[in-house]
Amino acid sequence: MENINKVSGDILKHTGVDVSRCYQCGKCTAGCVLASEMNFPPSFLMRLLQTGTADNFERILRSNTIWLCLNCENCVGRCPMEIDIPKIMDYLREQSLNKKKLHPDAKPIVAFHKSFLDSIKKTGRLYEVGLIAGFKARTFRLTQDVKLAPKMYLNGKLNLMPEMIKDRKGLGQIFVKTIDNPKTKNK
Amino acid sequence: MKIGFYPGCSLKGSSREYNESVIAIAKALDIELIEIKDWNCCGATAAHSMNEELSLSLPARILALAEAQGLKEVVVPCAACYNRLMVTQHELKDDTKREKVTDIIQMPYSGELKIINVLQMLESYAMDKIQEKVTKPFAHKVACYYGCLLVRPHKILQFDRVEDPQSMDSMIKLIGGTPVDWAFKTECCGAGFSVSRTDLVVRLSGNILQDAADRNAEAVIVACPMCQSNLDMRRGAINETLSKPIDIPVLFITQAIGLSLGISPKELGLERHFVTVKM
Ligand code: SF4
Ligand code: SF4
Repeated sequence: MENINKVSGDILKHTGVDVSRCYQCGKCTAGCVLASEMNFPPSFLMRLLQTGTADNFERILRSNTIWLCLNCENCVGRCPMEIDIPKIMDYLREQSLNKKKLHPDAKPIVAFHKSFLDSIKKTGRLYEVGLIAGFKARTFRLTQDVKLAPKMYLNGKLNLMPEMIKDRKGLGQIFVKTIDNPKTKNK
Repeated sequence: MKIGFYPGCSLKGSSREYNESVIAIAKALDIELIEIKDWNCCGATAAHSMNEELSLSLPARILALAEAQGLKEVVVPCAACYNRLMVTQHELKDDTKREKVTDIIQMPYSGELKIINVLQMLESYAMDKIQEKVTKPFAHKVACYYGCLLVRPHKILQFDRVEDPQSMDSMIKLIGGTPVDWAFKTECCGAGFSVSRTDLVVRLSGNILQDAADRNAEAVIVACPMCQSNLDMRRGAINETLSKPIDIPVLFITQAIGLSLGISPKELGLERHFVTVKM
């Protein structure tokens, strides 16, 4: 029984969302554009969380469901109980990442997020050329979008140099104190 | 009329025509945009998918900078940035979170700043002027595409109707256009998966374009750089999956308004689009 309270209790503590309020009407799943791609759709995820077992929690952290969620917020918009599923998804992704339980489908997505954050960490802003280079290096998808780049360049959509903010030190500190801080992991 | 301005990263890079058109119509409508000094990226989907504190601190730094600059109101044209800034301001109403985040960013933060999107800016300060200054009515049948982040989560953003928003439709009518009735106004285009899961973006964005085409829209009108690039830049890949290619262009609402005000297509960045715009 202790286990059961722990999983849903942790969700409540970290997200403020009470999973027991879901009554399985399925509206979230009906409106989710990627439900068919997911290992299990959002309403099923809610059901698994309600069981509160460690096994089911493990299943969730290892699923592609949490990584395929686009945070489009359609589910919460339609849920009769206003359950904030995208917020739960954020929490579950963070847990899955910190506990290194990533589903293979998560790899390119996480690689993209990491390249994105690397760019911000270095310059303060997103440098798209650097983002793509970082993504390609992480995923070995070296030839992806090679046809798009020249046209983007001709259309004036690519900056060859990053824009740097002035207070890069202050910005760097934000990373040091959050995502790069070992103490915030596994919390 | 003076108003703070947060362009965000895509308006400085791959969606610079959105920036150009916002600036061009603001000038025509006597709105002075004051850019937030030394602004940083809002962190977008990457930050909140990976680390909650980072996802709140990056937008908080932006809001704190705007406050320090004495701005009372800031317009945020990118729907994704608008969403992140609004959600952050909402989350930081919680004392514990606010204390933690102000300690991380080392800047004072009051949370008083008013954050608005481009549609709200036009609605509040420019509708009369637009009507007055239309010289070339935008007489086209178009699909107004709001996407997800402009209207959701409704509880926090409190902007427009969540399933069938109307603000962009009214603006199109005001400049002489006809919005079509269609089913994908707020359906997700695949958002930030453009590079990591192009296959999914192609499918989702393809569905949106197909419905717009089936309703005989001559263009899709958007207010988000991610929606624009998924529907425009990914068109080659999308068309490879369709039985009949779709060639309807995707314009920012600011470009449609700019055209109706007689601003040149070049000044509005129309030639930067992948799908040719002849309007
Ligand atoms: S819409 Fe809400 S109540 Fe219905 S199944 Fe989904 S989470 Fe549960
Ligand atoms: S937020 Fe995620 S789970 Fe909810 S509808 Fe969108 S993709 Fe599906």
